[in-house]
Amino acid sequence: MAEPLIEIKDLHVEFEVRDGTIHAVDGFTLTINRGETLGVIGESGCGKSITAKAVMQMVPKPGKITGGEILYYQRDKYNPQKSVNVVNITNLHPDSEKIRKIRGGEFAMIFQEPMSSLTPVYTTGTHIGEALHLHRMLPKTVGERMAQNITAYRPVTKDEAREISIEMLQKVGIPKPRERVDAYPHQLSGGQRQRVMVAVALSCHPFMLIADEPTTALDVSIEAQILDLMRGLQETMEMSIMFITHNLGVVAEMAKEIVVMYMGKQVEAASTDRIFYEPKHPYTRALLQSIPKVGKRTGDRLASIKGMVPDPFHLPSGCVFHPRCPSFMPGKCDQITPSWIEVEPDHWARCLLYEDV
Amino acid sequence: MVEPRVTESTLEPGATQTSEPPPAKKAKEEQLSQAYWSLVWWKFKKNKLAIVGAIIIILFYTVCGLFAEFFSPYRLDYQSDHLESRPQPIVFKNPEGNFSLRPAVYGLEQELDLVLRRRTWVVDEEQIYPISLFVRGQPYKLLGVIPMDVHFFGVDTNKYPDGTVFIFGTDRLGRDIFSRILYGGRLSLLLGLIGQALTLVLGMVLGAISGYYGGMTDILVQRLTEFVGAFPDIPLFMALAAAIPIGWSPIVVYFMLTLILVFIRWGGLARQVRGLILSLREREYVLAAQSAGASDKRIMFRHLLPGTMSHVIVIATLMIPGMILSETALSWLGLGLRPPLTSWGVLLQEVSSVRVIRFAPWQLITVPFIIVAVLAFNMLGDGLRDAMDPYGGR
Repeated sequence: MAEPLIEIKDLHVEFEVRDGTIHAVDGFTLTINRGETLGVIGESGCGKSITAKAVMQMVPKPGKITGGEILYYQRDKYNPQKSVNVVNITNLHPDSEKIRKIRGGEFAMIFQEPMSSLTPVYTTGTHIGEALHLHRMLPKTVGERMAQNITAYRPVTKDEAREISIEMLQKVGIPKPRERVDAYPHQLSGGQRQRVMVAVALSCHPFMLIADEPTTALDVSIEAQILDLMRGLQETMEMSIMFITHNLGVVAEMAKEIVVMYMGKQVEAASTDRIFYEPKHPYTRALLQSIPKVGKRTGDRLASIKGMVPDPFHLPSGCVFHPRCPSFMPGKCDQITPSWIEVEPDHWARCLLYEDV
Repeated sequence: MVEPRVTESTLEPGATQTSEPPPAKKAKEEQLSQAYWSLVWWKFKKNKLAIVGAIIIILFYTVCGLFAEFFSPYRLDYQSDHLESRPQPIVFKNPEGNFSLRPAVYGLEQELDLVLRRRTWVVDEEQIYPISLFVRGQPYKLLGVIPMDVHFFGVDTNKYPDGTVFIFGTDRLGRDIFSRILYGGRLSLLLGLIGQALTLVLGMVLGAISGYYGGMTDILVQRLTEFVGAFPDIPLFMALAAAIPIGWSPIVVYFMLTLILVFIRWGGLARQVRGLILSLREREYVLAAQSAGASDKRIMFRHLLPGTMSHVIVIATLMIPGMILSETALSWLGLGLRPPLTSWGVLLQEVSSVRVIRFAPWQLITVPFIIVAVLAFNMLGDGLRDAMDPYGGR
């Protein structure tokens, strides 16, 4: 089942602003396989969300994809026999018919803020119905004889959309879905709203779910419920998840593989176990040390990464992490830019500690 | 392997049928979802001035807009031989001169004014014509369809062949001013409504496009609104009005004038909508809609514009009086509607000479009607503004 769904190759996203150019994503390379969960972690502002938005071709205004490609191995959802079609998402116009079909229909996204992700003037049912109306097709009965081999599809009708909405609300565990389908966002709690968002995202059976810090705004018990929900639905629906977070605990629970980002670059990528038990990159180690642990003596200061995130207009020379790095090698790290190398089998890092220079 | 998913979800019968709510609870839920509007209504009801304004406006639109033919005692084109007669006072007397609850009007007597050397009509207190309700009079078509001849009030011409009811007097051609005010109100008030509706459409569409796309589009639209707004109004009106061919039928001229007013006035609304959209488009639900595959058009018109509605309704209500006053001003200047049509502006134009003000001042009775209509719209708009924000202070 290691069939690739998305291949991101050397992606560059830049923001032209008055004070100069910010390289929000600077040479990002990644493959997401079908049905697998990938975690992306890193500090705020390291380019996680922008990468996710680039995959949807939704980079916000002054930003631009300036290099690299995002290859999407598109399979026809309603005709699995059809051969795989490779689409380069970076070449699509942001408001083109093609990308709009992919958004929502094939890639769905969940956002950080459940409080403001639903349009306040529409009911739950309208939200799910909108996605269904735009993307979901139902098999059309062509004839009794041909029932075995259905190839014709039609859009959903209003009544069907309502039924499916109720069913989706039921699936994401909203009590009394038949009533809740007519509820407005302000009548729902934060957890319920995020469930509705999940329902909207999953209603069209996407191939990939991009979850951009989906549980940051929720309290811990609801967070666990939403994560369970996403995992359960992933199993039944065979979709990939790109899970973006800065919560290491959450990502350890969800992801099979993890990519660590720092200042728009990926610094380490490996399976979840290896990242947590054998981190290679000093930044990953520092990140792991800064998690508060239960049972630690109170009064101890929490470990933190020294220094500050550098000014994006004046990035340090050499390795961008060197001013904060505990294993800084003078004369090396501040001059040579490390390259992306496979340190151990299936364990990649970008650090001069593992390079012979 | 994708296919079974599609069918699987539709073949799950047990799941959805378990939680059918009892009907009473469902009703409660519906009530809850209307909570905002019931709050708005509750707050609006408390504002007495706004209620008065709303009632006056509804009254104006039903009496003038819909049923002017029924409520006016005479037809618009009816010319009596009472030229420029003063208003007939309403008294509570029966024809014998004794007190009665039923109102009546004094008759009119023609007199020769030897000083001014002209004929005038003076009130003759000897003649008393009782006013009857639902009286048969000149035939008309209600709403342009139903042929009728019953008027709301008038003098029974079968009983009193000479009886007239000119409660606001008549004009130079002997037409009943009260009837003309009702008919004139129809055009003036409808122009306000139609014009405002068009302004709303134009302003909202351009405002939404400008605010949503930003950048060059925004600059273009904003400079356009500034350009239109910077024009001196009256010369522009004169130019546009002069461009209307003289041979066009009055009704086309009426719509052209509406369009001209819309063209001048859409800018303010567009700016307000743009400002609102600018703040709304940064909300996460826009991103969410986009990620669900909604097109720009859909996001603008389905997700963003509804959010501006409560604000826009208020602005629109407060802008209608300006529309009505513009029509009045233009017609008074002779640039707007022309006499075969009757609007409040046209009525005012007829009293614009000193001669009329000196010798037939009762024709100025149109002015209070305009003032009341404008005030009523302002009161309603203010009330709506307060009510639309039910969580706000005050």
